[in-house]
Amino acid sequence: MGFRVTRKLGWNAIGLAVFAVMAFPVFWMISTAFKSDDQINSFTPTWFPLHPTLAHFSNAIHQPNFGADVLNTLIVVPVAVVIAIVLAFLAAVALAKYRFKGRKLFIVAMIGVQMIPGIGLIIPLYVMLAHVPVLGIDLVGQLSGVIVVYVSAVLPFSVWTLRGFLLGIPKELEEAAMVDGSTRLGAFIRILLPLVAPGLVATSVFAFITSWNEYIFANLLLQRQGHQTITVWLSYFFGSQKATDWGALMAASTLIAIPVVIFFLLVQRRIAFGLTAGAVRG
Amino acid sequence: MGAAAEAVSKRPRQRPFNWRRTRRGTVPYLLIFPVVATLAAILGYPLYQLFRLAFERYGLPELIAHHGVYVGLANFSSVLHDSIFWHTLLRTVVFTVAAVGLTIVLGTLMALLLVRVSGWVRILITVSLVLVWAMPPVVAVQVWNWMTNVQNGVLNYILTELHIGDYFQHNWFETPFSQLAMVTTLIVWGALPFVAITVYAALSQVPHELIEAAEIDGARAWQVFKDVTLPVIQPVLLILTSLSILWDFGVFTQAYLLIGQAAIVPANYVMSVYLWEEAYFKTDYGRGAAISILMLASVAILSVFYVRRMLRVGEVD
Repeated sequence: MGFRVTRKLGWNAIGLAVFAVMAFPVFWMISTAFKSDDQINSFTPTWFPLHPTLAHFSNAIHQPNFGADVLNTLIVVPVAVVIAIVLAFLAAVALAKYRFKGRKLFIVAMIGVQMIPGIGLIIPLYVMLAHVPVLGIDLVGQLSGVIVVYVSAVLPFSVWTLRGFLLGIPKELEEAAMVDGSTRLGAFIRILLPLVAPGLVATSVFAFITSWNEYIFANLLLQRQGHQTITVWLSYFFGSQKATDWGALMAASTLIAIPVVIFFLLVQRRIAFGLTAGAVRG
Repeated sequence: MGAAAEAVSKRPRQRPFNWRRTRRGTVPYLLIFPVVATLAAILGYPLYQLFRLAFERYGLPELIAHHGVYVGLANFSSVLHDSIFWHTLLRTVVFTVAAVGLTIVLGTLMALLLVRVSGWVRILITVSLVLVWAMPPVVAVQVWNWMTNVQNGVLNYILTELHIGDYFQHNWFETPFSQLAMVTTLIVWGALPFVAITVYAALSQVPHELIEAAEIDGARAWQVFKDVTLPVIQPVLLILTSLSILWDFGVFTQAYLLIGQAAIVPANYVMSVYLWEEAYFKTDYGRGAAISILMLASVAILSVFYVRRMLRVGEVD
């Protein structure tokens, strides 16, 4: 028995070390954001800021273009997510509730498309979007270009995970509703939709996180300052001054990570399975 | 006219039957149409464009003129005769093997650890994993910059304090090798949660009785893992490995931003950065398209394997 207890203690000690190593960068980001400049620039690090300051946050927010780029992100991401989820839901219903010719081909395409590295498509997308004027405006430099790209980027895994959620709904429920005299559409709206709502939320949140974190296409397609997304803004923050303002940089990083972290904590459990099936990483 | 009138007159009797049948036939196609159309326009068409561009001279003048000049295989031969391409390919393969190997091994060990620790430690680790998982890559890059900065980076401080060596003002970005090593730590750190949590979920499929029986029979921990646990989690590990290879082979954001645009040189290129610099930065889109195709081709075989695996997993319904 004594051996068992010591062994458990040993595992716990290793576990705590793993926790410390994994969590440290996140802790260090947040901790730095609240420190005074003296503490940040000192050669001996301060682990916990005992007198936290919000100066870096206000400094970060008042950096040029921060507000504009947050606003851009808050336009691009929700619009892309709503469009993608609506389209993906329709396709997921087709996959989960109908047998049709070409169904398998469609599934293969949905999984296969996710395997195309995004970077491989930057050249033709750039050339293409520089060519396709929508209402006379070239899409390069426009938020709409990025929205279109994000919609197609999150579509495949949304279709795949939503299909999984739809399959989880017992067929009997739907059939019972139809026996009660509802049409397929009626059964769908009254029975299926409320049941699949958590899946819709989880998938939307995941699509939100993916688009929020995206950098490559935003950097490619949005090149004018003040017309970019927040990840692109952050990528220019470091190295733009002679001496890096680490406090402001960490405060800005914290602010950008917060929405993602909160959302992620909300849906992590629900999405964990769908992830393996849907093959998404943040 | 006559036919139309006939159709109208016949309609009341035939409609219920026909209408329902056609509806059943077309509804799924109507449902998938928006997705198919969007993907065809935003992924399919660019893919087609990619193949066209690869056979054209397409630089800045052509971009402005909206018209490339057909040059046959010139772009491919230029890339394949470029020693930078081959060096980059080799470097990317080595980088991928290292990053994926570390991710899968450490992730699996972490999952095994999660099974063995007490409940409260498990919760602590899981929370840290979820935090790491959620960190946007661009944010993580900045945190890495801050932790490893030459003047007073906390990494140097900790390593010196732990008497691992004198790391006072050690420059972690001195050589291409150390730059890519830092990129690897960042990638592995970011990828561990996905692997650890997925493997941990798979471990719950391993029958307890089997492990206990093996332990009572005096099997060593390694033997238990190899003979009992591994066969159960193997399918998941295969999927995770092929996904990780695909992701790490194509890594761009972390490599490009952590090394920093100003410090990017051919000696620290990985494939995606090579593509970006040679094609986009030097505005040679035709050559870039050729590089893209070569890159897509090198991951295509792996993708086929992955898609087949996923289909098998997905066919449980």
